[in-house]
Amino acid sequence: MTANGPVAPGWETVVGLEVHCELLTATKLFCSCPNAFGSEPNTNVCPVCLGLPGSLPVLNARAVEFAMRIGTALGSSIEPSVFHRKNYFYPDMPKDYQISQYDAPINVGGHIELADGSLVGIVRAHIEEDTGKTTHVGGGGRIHDADYSLVDYNRAGVPLVEIVSAPDIRGAEQARGYVNELRAILIATGTSDGRMEEGSLRVDANISVRRRGDAEYGTRCEVKNLNSLRSLGRAIEYEAARQIALLEAGGRVVQETRHWNEEEGRTSSLRSKEEAFDYRYFTEPDLVPLAPAAAQIAAVAAELGPLPAARRHRLAEIVARDGGPAPVEQLATVVVLGLDDLVFGAAACGADPRLALARAANEAANRVDAARGLDPASFAELVKLEAAGSLTATQSKSVLVAMLDGGGEPAAIATRLGFEALDATELEAAIDATIAAHPAEWERYLAGDAKVAQFLLGDVMRVTKGRANGKAVAASFAARRS
Amino acid sequence: MSAWAYPAGAVETARAVRAGELRAREVVAAALGRIGRFEGALHCFLTVTADAALTAADAVDAVVAAGGDPGPLAGVPIALKDNLCTRGIPTTAGSHILENWVPPYDATVVKAVAAAGAVAVGKTNLDEFAMGSSTENSAYGPTRNPWDPTRVPGGSSGGSAAAVAAGLVPLALGSDTGGSVRQPASLCGVVGVKPTYGLVSRYGLIAFASSLDQIGPFAATVADAAALLDVIAGHDPADSTSLDVALEPVSRQLGRGVAGLRVGLISDFLVDASPSCVAAVREAAAVLAGAGATVEEVAVPALMLGLSAYYLVAPAEASSNLARYDGVRYGLRVDGPDVTQMNGRSRSAGFGPEVKRRIMLGTYVLSAGYYDAYYGQAQRVRTLVARGFAEAYERFDVLIGPTSPTVAFEIGAKTQDPLAMYLSDLYTIPTNLAGHPAVSVPFALSEGLPVGVQVLAPALGEGPMFRAAAVVEAGADAAARGPIEPHAAGAVR
Amino acid sequence: MPGLSEAFSRDDVVYVARLARLDLDRGEVDLYAAQLASIIDHVAAVTGLDTSDVPATAHPLELVNVLRPDIPGPTLPRDEVLARAPLAESGRFRVPPILGEAP
Repeated sequence: MTANGPVAPGWETVVGLEVHCELLTATKLFCSCPNAFGSEPNTNVCPVCLGLPGSLPVLNARAVEFAMRIGTALGSSIEPSVFHRKNYFYPDMPKDYQISQYDAPINVGGHIELADGSLVGIVRAHIEEDTGKTTHVGGGGRIHDADYSLVDYNRAGVPLVEIVSAPDIRGAEQARGYVNELRAILIATGTSDGRMEEGSLRVDANISVRRRGDAEYGTRCEVKNLNSLRSLGRAIEYEAARQIALLEAGGRVVQETRHWNEEEGRTSSLRSKEEAFDYRYFTEPDLVPLAPAAAQIAAVAAELGPLPAARRHRLAEIVARDGGPAPVEQLATVVVLGLDDLVFGAAACGADPRLALARAANEAANRVDAARGLDPASFAELVKLEAAGSLTATQSKSVLVAMLDGGGEPAAIATRLGFEALDATELEAAIDATIAAHPAEWERYLAGDAKVAQFLLGDVMRVTKGRANGKAVAASFAARRS
Repeated sequence: MSAWAYPAGAVETARAVRAGELRAREVVAAALGRIGRFEGALHCFLTVTADAALTAADAVDAVVAAGGDPGPLAGVPIALKDNLCTRGIPTTAGSHILENWVPPYDATVVKAVAAAGAVAVGKTNLDEFAMGSSTENSAYGPTRNPWDPTRVPGGSSGGSAAAVAAGLVPLALGSDTGGSVRQPASLCGVVGVKPTYGLVSRYGLIAFASSLDQIGPFAATVADAAALLDVIAGHDPADSTSLDVALEPVSRQLGRGVAGLRVGLISDFLVDASPSCVAAVREAAAVLAGAGATVEEVAVPALMLGLSAYYLVAPAEASSNLARYDGVRYGLRVDGPDVTQMNGRSRSAGFGPEVKRRIMLGTYVLSAGYYDAYYGQAQRVRTLVARGFAEAYERFDVLIGPTSPTVAFEIGAKTQDPLAMYLSDLYTIPTNLAGHPAVSVPFALSEGLPVGVQVLAPALGEGPMFRAAAVVEAGADAAARGPIEPHAAGAVR
Repeated sequence: MPGLSEAFSRDDVVYVARLARLDLDRGEVDLYAAQLASIIDHVAAVTGLDTSDVPATAHPLELVNVLRPDIPGPTLPRDEVLARAPLAESGRFRVPPILGEAP
């Protein structure tokens, strides 16, 4: 299955991830302020998202639709739901309570298939509002040594969907794979752009360990402040090791929230003198329940295009028709970049799917925008030329780059670059020239020296300026020897 | 009796202004003059907006002069409870924590009354954050009852009730969460209405208990109260709990009488009420019967569970609604070495004892381990109260009972015992729990102090409710209602 | 279910006061504990009722699905936003040091 990094033998790492996604709605969750990134502080605010006395929330229809799209994509059951208040004091909270969903969330259950084929269960996905942003002044900008803090409420009230996975993840690599797949799903559904570094995708990890074979879960710690996939992976490895060392030394893991420190490469306890949070959830009296109609649920499902896992499967199917396995990494790359239609299109024009996939995953991946606009028929032409031996792999890649950078048809570009395929006569003449120039080496080849064949091949390539097809040259050598 | 220098009543005043017979400026100036004379003794207002009011009055007159129609309340002075947000005008909720807070926006009802041509003359005193039954919990001192200045006007909308009772303004708005419009109306001898929950937008009402709060009119007559309700009722997209229904204006339904109306007299409400309050209700029942209604006593025991459920639900919602007053974005800040201490110092300095009690009570009933026994249970009892009403309304169209167990009590009489104060709301609370409408109509005097009778109706039953209220009013003691010249101390009894 | 005689002890007052960010001195804790215990005592009359087959009323209304379209509307001008701020700096609300991370 998956390689999940070094873990002490006999132990298993168990991870569940809570991912918050900012939705790509035009306005905030409960008011009409623009949902925009990067505006001047406190310019996208109104009485509602500032929590001014007397203000009231009104739910954004599009946020609900997006939440339903996400639930559908995750295979969740879309249920009637209500909103709750989660009460706690913090300066980035305009009302000192967050409107969220507690025991009746909109999306229940589901699962994701990762690119490596493994499955991770989804417990729930619910709607909630985002908080404002605090910046800490003094003390290096970190919260613990700051002199004071400044609060910007532009982000307060932005719609979030929180997705909670089952504790099915078994290590750092699978965790990264999960986040990547989730991001691809969010992008495919058009609901979020999933950018961890920009904060539109935030990940908290619940990490525990247990001895292999144990049915029960160990005590978990929640780790926060994971700002990149790299941090996520490093934090999982660190925390698993920390817990294992603790348990092996006879200690107990304390259930707590820990903070990942990227510079120091470790987690630390956030145990301040605060009481365990008693959120006093109760049904939000300023909102009414959500009861999505069956027709609306069906409409959302119908409008959803194929999701990444389904697209990988379809692509794998046509590639594997030649009997060999489909390369997992290439499939993932091509689907994530949205180039699978290009490959399908080329295959439909008669190009070899495996070769088309390889070219799309490598060269085209470096020029994605151009690749997405590439005519599948032209691409198919190129793949066919390479498959037929009229172009070498090297030449094919060069032609593709030229097509992506400047447009044009493969045959014409090949000619322009001097890549015309050698016909048999020219090829034999080139080989004759090489043999004539290196008789001693040719004798050694005829005597059975396989290594010198490379040298001779290289010379043919030099003489023909790379236009010879390596396989054809090798075939000709072999024919002359026999 | 007209206590003003201009026509008695809002409806008549508006008619005269629209007809060009009277200038809005004269009306508003007269109101301001009266406020100037009596405010010192009564303390109904926290802010008087004289200049803005005269400017608004002039605008109304200009519209009339140009041949236009300024609206159904043209030129009528109106007072607004100081928990209604008014743009550019200080709004304190009767608390130190919002001392000098000026909202950047208007409540929906504030815009509605202005659009109808009414002229706001000021913000009235209230129990802090609408928590109380006497207006003694105001951080800015109590309001005095115009019938006897040693007595409370009731609460929490005491300032608005007293302002109408003393003839300072013909109309006022208050808010009613457990009786805070009806009870002061009864104690001040004016009409006070709590509409069906959701009929009037709560956007811009500083929240106390969200599932119970409603804004309601005060007036000297049922007709004036109906006119104001018709202006403020209506769907508001800014309030998710706002009803989107087409209700026939109650002003039009007032005169249709009560022939055939089935009236139930809530017998449970007569048990602890004072004899004069009980007598008033029985008298009102007779008036209704005389006008063609059928009146019968009915026991609705579930209603008596209301007080307990209310004092679990309302503080719980309040504890959450008042969390935002943390010294960060607006309001009072008392500094501290860190945010948590700043929050604690600001809130302790800014909130009065009753507010603190209710916040703590509410926090407690919601807290882990106690939620189901207290808050959860109270929400289920709420269903029992609603069912009790539903059963009664299968046999009756409206119900009647006392509004308050007593007449106005002396200032200071109940401040030492919170529970004694809470009992003032015994007969008004069940209506809020069920989301129903109710109105208090001034009916009789007891040793010189007003006694109101309450008419209750099912959700959206404002029509029959007002019809019954109009009949009760017609049979009431005219001396029992305002507006009056405020009495000097000792003048009554 | 908490017993009535245990309801609203001093410890309870200290706990909820901290949760609700209310600073109370010792005298206030005692006073409020006495008052709140007596109030809870009275309202606890309902806690003994059998409501096993009674659903809760979170709301007097039976509305569902109240939504608004995703169309931008007016925002407040920043100077109005900050005009009533107890303390502002660089267009933001300034607060004393925050000791812990958000939950």
